[in-house]
Amino acid sequence: MKTAAMGSAQATYDYRVVRQFALMTVVWGIVGMLVGVVIAAQLVWPELNYGEWFHFGRLRPLHTNAVIFAFGGCALMATSFFVVQRTCHTRLFAPWLAEFVFWGWQLVIVLAAITLPMGYTQGKEYAELEWPIDILIAVVWVAYAVVFFGTIAKRKTTHIYVANWFYGAFIITVALLHIVNSAAIPAGFMKSYSAYAGVQDAMVQWWYGHNAVGFFLTAGFLGMMYYFVPKQAERPVYSYRLSVVHFWALIFTYMWAGPHHLHYTALPDWTQSVGMVFSLILLAPSWGGMINGIMTLSGAWHKLRTDPILKFLITSLSFYGMSTFEGPMMSIKTVNALSHYTDWTIGHVHSGALGWVAMISIGSIYYLIPRLFGQEKMHSVPAISIHFWMSTLGVVLYIASMWIAGVMQGMMWRAINDDGTLTYTFVESVKSSYPFWFIRFVGGALFLSGMFVMAWNVWKTIAGQKPYNAPVLAPAAAHA
Amino acid sequence: MSDFINDFWNIYVVVLVIASLLFCAFIILSNRASRPKGGVVELHGHQWDETLAEWNNPLPRWWVWLFWMTIAFAIVYLIAYPGLGRFGGQLNWTSANAYEREVAAADAKVAPLFERYAQMDIKLIAADPEARAMGERLFLNNCAQCHGTDARGSRGFPNLTDSDWLYGGDPETIKASITDGRNAMMPAFSSMIDGEQLRDVVHYVRSLSGLTVDSMRQQRGKAVFAANCAACHGAEAHGNPVMGAPSLADSTWLYGSTEAIITQTVSRGRNGHMPAHGDLLGDDKIRLVTAYVWGLSNNATGAH
Repeated sequence: MKTAAMGSAQATYDYRVVRQFALMTVVWGIVGMLVGVVIAAQLVWPELNYGEWFHFGRLRPLHTNAVIFAFGGCALMATSFFVVQRTCHTRLFAPWLAEFVFWGWQLVIVLAAITLPMGYTQGKEYAELEWPIDILIAVVWVAYAVVFFGTIAKRKTTHIYVANWFYGAFIITVALLHIVNSAAIPAGFMKSYSAYAGVQDAMVQWWYGHNAVGFFLTAGFLGMMYYFVPKQAERPVYSYRLSVVHFWALIFTYMWAGPHHLHYTALPDWTQSVGMVFSLILLAPSWGGMINGIMTLSGAWHKLRTDPILKFLITSLSFYGMSTFEGPMMSIKTVNALSHYTDWTIGHVHSGALGWVAMISIGSIYYLIPRLFGQEKMHSVPAISIHFWMSTLGVVLYIASMWIAGVMQGMMWRAINDDGTLTYTFVESVKSSYPFWFIRFVGGALFLSGMFVMAWNVWKTIAGQKPYNAPVLAPAAAHA
Repeated sequence: MSDFINDFWNIYVVVLVIASLLFCAFIILSNRASRPKGGVVELHGHQWDETLAEWNNPLPRWWVWLFWMTIAFAIVYLIAYPGLGRFGGQLNWTSANAYEREVAAADAKVAPLFERYAQMDIKLIAADPEARAMGERLFLNNCAQCHGTDARGSRGFPNLTDSDWLYGGDPETIKASITDGRNAMMPAFSSMIDGEQLRDVVHYVRSLSGLTVDSMRQQRGKAVFAANCAACHGAEAHGNPVMGAPSLADSTWLYGSTEAIITQTVSRGRNGHMPAHGDLLGDDKIRLVTAYVWGLSNNATGAH
């Protein structure tokens, strides 16, 4: 570990909350992905649906909430609290409030895990939790914003590092999205009705839904990328200019893209068109992040051969580039007419969720864990390599099977006989999907198994070690 | 019909969409920079957390072109298609008229296939293998959801392969059932028949089709039946096809023949609903479906 060259010898960064969130990232990753594997199995073997609490319909929202908000959320909070301190060269603002954010967020997750299987839901995808929990989320999120922006405000550097722009955009926008979309009239302790009606409600939901992808699952993780990729590669970021352009273009354009979830519905035609063209414009801003990450490695490509953490980070950027190409293509109305409501969408989501979000989080957590416990590196570097290959193979099996299943379903549903009748009944497309659902189950199980390798490695790294808080560094001379 | 309640929202959408496109152009143009002479790229000059720095590389040229191309596509698309508020686009395209065009084109393509049978007697259509195959495909698309792919029905949905008909099984009646639908109405008798009387009449009804019953109850139930049920089901319980009242004297049961189910049927009533398909399918297609359904119980394959 580096020692402080200047400044007070006593002052150390607040790593406590980072440690808490980093460890819970691994725990919730296993829980959320386990539920995912269970529901994948329930599709292949329907007899695995038991009673009302343990069937696909209630476990599926539990899976999405657990992986996005528990696993992804803990990873974002762990890394943002770490990155904002280190790049602002200062301790956290209001560490006690950060502690509240940790326990509050864990409470939200536990409440989700209890109420979703019980059937309490607002019926809005990725925003299922009922109003009392929504209020708790809003309070915790505002506290998170106060700690993060408070730390930015007391920074010792003149310029704010690019990673913090993305974390900041993610925190502000998610607050806005959550509060607007969850607006509802309570009709009982765990029952409420949306504040919006009909197609407006659908539009607000998908404005939220797509920006949850854009800001929670993209902007936040780009913040992670901008710290951990240059750190692990030990190279400067490729282009400051590119980061400026793609940041503003990305956060500006994502806001428009929601209507592509509602193509060929009651949504007015003009709204669908605008949603589609801005989804296409999103291609370049999204790729800007991928280029900046991957090109940061120029001159250090050889490190990919030996450093499995870098493998995780760079592969995640490749999946990011792939799914942000696929997304704009799927938003084109004629493509959407084939892909919508099929497993292609599920495959697309998972190339982003497993390939991009999970892999960059895993890479970043492998970077963090030893540093939070005064270690040089993880207990077993070969185990990280094994984890990497299990994850990669798992994602590839997952998305390839869903592509085939999705295109097949779309083709079967639109196949027409000479007399204008449908060639296939719906159940025939279900029957034909079984082999691919099995491959998906295998891919998901492989990805989950990798998480157990990670859990073992983390345990061996931290067992018997004392928590370590690095001393606060003085900013470089240019900033002083 | 306009999607906007007043001009403000129309202008709001137009201005915001154009401003957003201009913003994208502005952000690209304001960050133009070519590679410095000699090709040496400098660091941007700031440093964070010991090692974090940024090169001052210009935007990759191919990436800038990609960005411009998507913006150009957006402009062209928004001129051609609806998007800028009330402006409907030069192509006058709407999802509603696109749908109507596609349906009309499909109808025009398949119409000759069905017209061949427009004047043919339904029993003759049923004897034509090609027509039967078309009728079967129409049945699988439109009827199988309730009546089953084998047309044998299920609880609450009549079996169409036996010779037992609620409203009549001649081709014209079947065609009328498909075209206009049917609404069967068995009233709830809970306010008129309850307690012992209810049990008695259930036993009587079961006795009509030879099911095991308590003979005392059967005797008493006969009077209850005559007073309450015979009006629709007939004194002999043979039913009345005019109102779709089923015969209770055969072994066909739409909802089930157990004591519990018949008790529920009598006290709570039943509402059978066959939706009308006239507007959905049109007369020509309905004739083929009718022929298929009639053929299921009439050996019309030509073998006989």
